[in-house]
Amino acid sequence: MAAQSAIEQREPTAPARTPAPAARRPGRTGGGLLRFVQHTWRPAAVLAAIFVVWWAVTAAGLVKPYLVPSPGTTLDVVLAQIGYFAHHTWITTYETIFGFAIAIVVGVLSAVVMVYSPTVEKSLYPLLLFAQVIPKIAIAPLFIVWLGFGLTPKVVVAVLMAFFPIVISTVTGLKSIDPEMLQLSATMGAGPGQTFRKIRFPAALPHLFAGLKVAATMAVTGAVVGEFVGANEGLGYVILQANGNLDTPTLFAGLLIMSLLGVVLFVVVELLEYFVLPWHASRRTDAATTSL
Amino acid sequence: MTVGNTTTQRPADATATGAAVEIDQVAVRFRTKKKDVTALRDVSLRIEPGEFVSIVGASGCGKSTLLKLVSGLLRPSSGQVRLHGEDVRGPRRDIGYVFQRAALLEWRTARKNILLQAEMRRLPKAQVRQRVDELIEMTGLTGFEDAYPNELSGGMQQRVALCRALLHRPPVLLMDEPFGALDALTREQMNVELRRIWRETGTTVLLVTHSIAEAVYLANRVIVMTPRPGTVAEVIDVDLPVERDYGKTMSEPEFARATGRIRDLLGATTTAE
Ligand SMILES: Nc1ncnc2c1ncn2[C@@H]1O[C@H](COP(=O)(O)OP(=O)(O)OP(=O)(O)O)[C@@H](O)[C@H]1O
Ligand SMILES: [Mg+2]
Repeated sequence: MAAQSAIEQREPTAPARTPAPAARRPGRTGGGLLRFVQHTWRPAAVLAAIFVVWWAVTAAGLVKPYLVPSPGTTLDVVLAQIGYFAHHTWITTYETIFGFAIAIVVGVLSAVVMVYSPTVEKSLYPLLLFAQVIPKIAIAPLFIVWLGFGLTPKVVVAVLMAFFPIVISTVTGLKSIDPEMLQLSATMGAGPGQTFRKIRFPAALPHLFAGLKVAATMAVTGAVVGEFVGANEGLGYVILQANGNLDTPTLFAGLLIMSLLGVVLFVVVELLEYFVLPWHASRRTDAATTSL
Repeated sequence: MTVGNTTTQRPADATATGAAVEIDQVAVRFRTKKKDVTALRDVSLRIEPGEFVSIVGASGCGKSTLLKLVSGLLRPSSGQVRLHGEDVRGPRRDIGYVFQRAALLEWRTARKNILLQAEMRRLPKAQVRQRVDELIEMTGLTGFEDAYPNELSGGMQQRVALCRALLHRPPVLLMDEPFGALDALTREQMNVELRRIWRETGTTVLLVTHSIAEAVYLANRVIVMTPRPGTVAEVIDVDLPVERDYGKTMSEPEFARATGRIRDLLGATTTAE
């Protein structure tokens, strides 16, 4: 009798169950890429507008060409020396990605240790803060002295720049876990390792990605700062050389490529986030909110 | 008919065995920088295997604290807690816990959220698969196995949490206001389902609730607590038949007596403060 009435009681919700929930799920498959394009066309348009203004200003002769070269001249410079630019761009890219990767590994690991050991956290935090506030341009020469003229000091500066946002965001993410989730895990008999892998770390990923996005742009700056101080290759070197020769078209080209490098790295991290965290709230485009 | 059975100070019988949950003169004090809070004092309870016990009381009287004691998530400041005759020293895994909020993992589908229980306990996959299907069917979640929590209604999320707590067939099920966020109709449906699940599984259930009707409809005994510092004001035996049809039960004189008595007690204790 009781079971019978239970089934009857549940019946009213039955029709609501029929539509396949898969049909309402956004951003999990190919549609995600389309949505990504929908989100990026606006900034792309703004960028294009800036180029148009740049072109218009130079074409109208409002500024002297040796102060601001036209987009055409800049492009010509790049095309004429495509091999030269490709080489130096590659060097900076290499330093940036290498530094970024090391910063991720070291940053995430130290964050985990800090979250699990208050003692380590207390002793490491001042050191971290110190490493962050010290001007990189001021200590970069020291790295050149210590580590030589090669790529290593540039990678080190890139790590130093990118490390901090990653640690802070990972620590915040790992700490902002709902205590009830940890209690739930305890009632399931889960060990600390299981809890970390299945609950704590995935829950911290949205924070971690926020830090990664900041860190990606910092890594580019770090690599170029390293090159400024002492290098014979890389975009920083190109810019410095061009500056010395009052060669504004090359200077502009170097600056543009450098910014592009940062933007590309940022977009790569965003795309990665998009596919790793399809569940996250900031990625969700509910039917009701898309129109807002 | 035993009216207003005052089993509050049931003598703590150390030799008594076979109880599912025994709480012996327990007190819990929370020390914070600003002040000390006595959440529970002098609480003694004995719950037999297979009993369904509801706990009601004013907000902040220590109901959640009581459940956390039983599960071992919290240690008493004094007194003893025993589960199946064993002293509770740390978090117990032979229980199922349904938290006040559903506490689902956002990145897992309904099915995967239920399976978390199995993964943490390293239960054999093949055996669990069938059990999950059973539970999903039983709680009416069929068709939503692959939906993510944000695609489920509050009631559905609670049902997923319930499935997760039942997956490993725990001998003791602890539920902290599991239906607090539901609308009246869904809540009724969930009550009927829970009653049926309890009858089918024979699990010992401790249910914290703010709804007096829910407490009486579901339980064999209702523990009424005083406001902070919480202690047991009275234990009410619910003398209703085992077969409880929702509407019919509500209109029984015994239902009216039990709910009336609880309302009196809660009213009396709140005005006393
Ligand atoms: N971790 C804690 N630290 C300090 N005080 C606490 C802590 N947990 C609970 N308390 C205090 O203990 C008392 C009882 O809390 P508890 O959560 O058990 O109440 P409750 O009966 O479940 O209330 P509600 O019905 O609102 O959920 C409250 O006064 C609360 O302030
Ligand atoms: Mg509570």
